Amino acid sequence: MSTVFIPSVLRSNVGGVKSLELDGDSIRDVVGALIEQHPSLGTQLLTDDGDLNRFVNVYVNGQDVRYLSGLDTPVAPADEVRLLPAMAGG
Amino acid sequence: MPKSYAELLREARAQIREVSPQEVDALPAGGATIVDVREASEWEQGHLPGARHVSKSYIEQQIEGIAPDRDAPVILYCAGGVRSLFAAQTLAEMGYTDVASMSGGFQSWKGAGLSFEMPVVLTADQKQRYSRHLLIPEVGAEGQARLLGSKALLIGAGGLGSPASLYLAAAGVGTIGIVDFDVVDVSNLQRQIVHTTDRVGERKVESAKKSINALNPEIKVVAHEEMLVAANVERIIAGYDVILDGTDTFETRYILNDAAVAAGIPVMHASVFRFEGQLTTFIPYEGPCYRCLYPTPPPPELAPGCSVAGVLGVVPGILGLLQATEALKVLLGIGETLAGRLLLFDALEMEFTELKLRRDPNCPVCSDAAVAARKAGVPLQVDGVNVEAPFLMTGTFGSAS
Repeated sequence: MSTVFIPSVLRSNVGGVKSLELDGDSIRDVVGALIEQHPSLGTQLLTDDGDLNRFVNVYVNGQDVRYLSGLDTPVAPADEVRLLPAMAGG
Repeated sequence: MPKSYAELLREARAQIREVSPQEVDALPAGGATIVDVREASEWEQGHLPGARHVSKSYIEQQIEGIAPDRDAPVILYCAGGVRSLFAAQTLAEMGYTDVASMSGGFQSWKGAGLSFEMPVVLTADQKQRYSRHLLIPEVGAEGQARLLGSKALLIGAGGLGSPASLYLAAAGVGTIGIVDFDVVDVSNLQRQIVHTTDRVGERKVESAKKSINALNPEIKVVAHEEMLVAANVERIIAGYDVILDGTDTFETRYILNDAAVAAGIPVMHASVFRFEGQLTTFIPYEGPCYRCLYPTPPPPELAPGCSVAGVLGVVPGILGLLQATEALKVLLGIGETLAGRLLLFDALEMEFTELKLRRDPNCPVCSDAAVAARKAGVPLQVDGVNVEAPFLMTGTFGSAS
């Protein structure tokens, strides 16, 4: 199980929790499991083609998956996955 | 048994190696730590290039700060070569293994026609005001003079810009520009501490200027009372050494990013949402830029501003001060910036998390292709790079000409 941290702007989609424990060997699997549990996150995270939206960064153990293998980036148990959209407030 | 001055001097000469001014001049840069042990009033009349100043009366207390490695070479000098001999004995007693004294001192140096520097001299008022900075070896009179000669631009005199502007002013950053076209609203005062209740309705740039100059009258405040847009960004940011991004719209953030990268100006970036904040420093071409981090902005519902989502007032306070901290470090040339690192702050958990950022090789603004296009004065073909680029300025803006 890896820990997926949900940014506060998306927490209303997951019942207000800060993080979830999810199964999956890759980012694709983990994100898929997340959307299966919380379908309203689907359009927030993925494009119609099933790619990651450009405006949500996904980090595995502090590294941006765009510079790893994107959705195919492997995820090991105990890895920390973090979803992070840009913030506007100043 | 009592000793005369002559005996003490003879012992010092026997113990301490002496080097000539010419030998010191021939040292490669950084070949030794050169310490001027004269009094401050003598130092102010000129000193060896690159020398550090620790007057003889403070040598025991301060030498470890500027020469922490006891086995690295240290050369001391004074006016005529005597005080430095005695100071060198002290260092030898403290365990410094490679200490020398420059024979003939600064007088011989000047007599030999070797070049010297005039130190920055702060006024008596400045010495008092910035005394806590002057005590820090990493700042000192030179660093303070550098701050006084520096120009910082704040995009927004709001939640982030308020604390940043006050602390930069207090620190003596000589010129502070503020871009804001808004007026003070009573709902701003829960966090925008540069403004005051009796200035509700006043232009924010004017209100901020009053607070800044009340804190530090010698700061020059430049008011840019306009909205930062593609048409004016190049003119507004020109000449500033650092920019603190405290805006609350993505359009402004992207426009600022593109122009700052083209102009080569570091940007301290922060943004906030309720109890959380994000912070990083963009150093053009050394680290990623805002477009490398976020190639495209989220839809509005995913990134509401403070006026929609709310924010705990202290959160922009904390993030704004971290921006100011980064700005001071860049201006002073000290420490490690957040370039290449994104710092997340969560006030509820009281937690800081760090993520690694990278330059996007396909970035439409800071990639090699984008730089080449700017230099050639040719609009970058955004289709040619595999990135969506909202608000991208595709004119010849920022070209080398």
